[in-house]
Amino acid sequence: MKPLKIIVLAKQVPDTRNVSTDAMKPDGTVNRGKLPTIYNPDDLHALELALNIKDRVPGTEITVLTMGPKRAADVIRESYYRGADYGVMISDRRFGGADTLATSYTLAKGIEKLAPYDLVLAGRQAIDGDTAQVGPQSAEKLNIPQVTYVEEIISLNDDEIVAKRRLENGVEIVSAPFPCLMTVHESSPNCRTRVAKRVMKYKYARTQTELESKSTEDYIKELHEKRNYLSIPEWGVEDINAEMKKIGLAGSPTKVKKVESIVLTAGEAKVLSDSAVDIDSMIVELIQNHTIG
Amino acid sequence: MDNFFNDTPDYKFHLSHPLVKKIIKLKENNFKEAEEYDFAPLNHDDAIDSYEKVLEVVGEICALTIAPNAESVDKEGPKIVNNEVVYAKGTTENYKALYDAGLIGMSFPRKYAGLNFPLIPYVMAGEMIARADAGFANIWGLQDCGETIYEYGSEEQKEKYLPRFNKEGATAAMVLTEPDAGSDLQVVNLKATYDETKKVWLLNGVKRFITNGDADISLVLARSLEGTVDARGLSMFIYDRKHKAVEVRHLEDKLGIKGSPTLELVFKNAPAELVGTERFGLIKYVMSLMNSARLGVGAQSVGIADAAYREAIKYAKERAQFGKEIIKFPAVYEMLTNMKVRIDAMRSLLYETIRYVDLSKIYEDEKKKRKLENEELIEMRLSLKIANVLTPLIKMISSEACNVIAYESLQIHGGTGFMKDFPIERIYRDARITSIYEGTTQLQVVAAIRGVTTGIYTGQMRYYDKQVAEKNVALQKILQEMTQEYNEIVAKVSENKTEDYLTFHAGRLVEMAGNIIMGYLLILDSQRDERFEMSAKLFIDLARAENSEKFTYINKFDPARIEWYKNFS
Repeated sequence: MKPLKIIVLAKQVPDTRNVSTDAMKPDGTVNRGKLPTIYNPDDLHALELALNIKDRVPGTEITVLTMGPKRAADVIRESYYRGADYGVMISDRRFGGADTLATSYTLAKGIEKLAPYDLVLAGRQAIDGDTAQVGPQSAEKLNIPQVTYVEEIISLNDDEIVAKRRLENGVEIVSAPFPCLMTVHESSPNCRTRVAKRVMKYKYARTQTELESKSTEDYIKELHEKRNYLSIPEWGVEDINAEMKKIGLAGSPTKVKKVESIVLTAGEAKVLSDSAVDIDSMIVELIQNHTIG
Repeated sequence: MDNFFNDTPDYKFHLSHPLVKKIIKLKENNFKEAEEYDFAPLNHDDAIDSYEKVLEVVGEICALTIAPNAESVDKEGPKIVNNEVVYAKGTTENYKALYDAGLIGMSFPRKYAGLNFPLIPYVMAGEMIARADAGFANIWGLQDCGETIYEYGSEEQKEKYLPRFNKEGATAAMVLTEPDAGSDLQVVNLKATYDETKKVWLLNGVKRFITNGDADISLVLARSLEGTVDARGLSMFIYDRKHKAVEVRHLEDKLGIKGSPTLELVFKNAPAELVGTERFGLIKYVMSLMNSARLGVGAQSVGIADAAYREAIKYAKERAQFGKEIIKFPAVYEMLTNMKVRIDAMRSLLYETIRYVDLSKIYEDEKKKRKLENEELIEMRLSLKIANVLTPLIKMISSEACNVIAYESLQIHGGTGFMKDFPIERIYRDARITSIYEGTTQLQVVAAIRGVTTGIYTGQMRYYDKQVAEKNVALQKILQEMTQEYNEIVAKVSENKTEDYLTFHAGRLVEMAGNIIMGYLLILDSQRDERFEMSAKLFIDLARAENSEKFTYINKFDPARIEWYKNFS
């Protein structure tokens, strides 16, 4: 079959799975400086799925698209190490403060700029927000079909792609025409490892902003003049023709009312008998404290 | 995320040794290959950064794949199915992970699809892999056979075999031992006959105790000159598994390193290619192969020791008895601290050895390409001389020490350690082979004693002594006294011409030298990183006591008593 053009949406996230004691500020917000950043785990599954398709359909090209602050370029480099062909950063202060709506708008504009494409893959959700909204919303904005919770690509040909979805009560096999968007479930295979020669080849891939930073050694700058593939495109608001009112804080209807730091504590166990009185009192209590109802 | 490279700062430390700069510059031929290969380094810092980044990949695979698989690999082990070895599931996963990451053939030149890494980072990878699973480290480490093909094979052989490691994930085996030729390889009997009509060498005979014997590419030691009975009739051959001319007759059931298959093989008219010159098999090529393998076991032993130490400290912090964690009891914390100190010492000796081996090998390689300057020739010969006596020393010291450390780690675990519930039970069994294979400790002494009698060890002591800084003068004084004591006793033993007298005490003398050398190395390490100050002090305390005991024993020993020993048992 003819090679595909795949776009993988990837996000850099704080490593919420390795939270130390000072990772949260007293007001309950995340102390980002104290948390190491990682490649969002589900997005690595999406990258693996893309690489798996590339193995099956030679000539397929994978472009990783990420939106974030300048250090998020790590995600692009990591993708190169594992086998991605291209990477693009969407980075501009004006995108800051975006909720899922503004983010998916921005990503969709970036994807449109990368058109034509056949398939967009994203992780099911990011571990910092856990909304699972960005993938589906991006598909809506692009007006293309979407398949969520994908675990495996069963088959694909020039006209359609057949995927297995991992759902709560079993699996579902669906087909979709191209182009389409899929979000990838964590039950899909883990991403393949970094490849030594690719690590050494791409370790100096930099965005223009990074290249201009004072800490960048001169020989890296010189190398960029000779090796074009090391340059990571960095797109701002104008590059993707984004409307100001739809991006960043302005484009984000989500308003955070309050953030609470919840400390889970185990209360004392209560032993109830199977008498009607005990069961009644338990139900009343659960309704009162909003556990049920 | 768990990573065996990132959790051990020693690797970065040993990569930052001043001599490494020279090694990399020579190995990279002034960084010329960057023009041709997009992954070749541009300068020294770039090279170090690449080693670190690649070792981080190794460290991740160790922590996330190899170590978690170790228990099931030990239980399941390999098996023979239809005359082929099938690895345990975890072993296959481990090798695939390393192959997918492009790590096989790490030290081969780029021309042959390798990464052109010096031995230092390659050995570090081996050490981490051994910490994760000692048995699997053999399957990884046998890529050393490629080194021998590179050093002595024809250009055609290099092009044919070397790229297969990186590109196809080819595995390798050193096929030397036979039922009647173990430590004494001179009596190898497997026949190699040249078939004039087919224009090919054919191998016939039995090999035994062959690690990973069903590998893709095997280096086989065989008797090519009929009628000979010693080393001079032996040649080295490459056998390619594709020929399917070897019967895998028996798989050994072993005490440890169970994931690594040990086989008995029957060669039946197996076609093979001669490596290098006929009749140089044992005297030149096997010696080179053995030296690499000994360094491999050295690294494996350090890895095992590190694994045992980590298990011990974890357990000692968690386990409480008499109302407190057992690590708070003097008997336990003394053992733990001594483990750490010894690991620092032997790791330091390991990478010191590797630096000399690297330097001598790189010069050897350069010599084939260009005329070396006089100074370079002198350095080449000197580093080779030092490497030749440090290699058996590190093999012997680290393999013996890893056994002691595994023993003590199990001891700290108490009864629990004797059960199969904790990794230490496996580590303890795995450790046992290190002082046996690739030449027993007793045979390492035979090689290392040359370092004593030729004065090469004393030369190293003097060389290190000159580099000791003012602030370490107190420790230096102890080592100087130990050196004096050592020289005195060496002189005494050498003077006495009684048969077997030197051999009788050789092990003791080599250990004394090793202790002094490691003491100096730790002082020098502490001058570059204060983390090693404590290890230097504590190790020298131990070493002084050990040397003093040996000194007294030898000094008071009546040579006539050797006869008693000979006849009493």
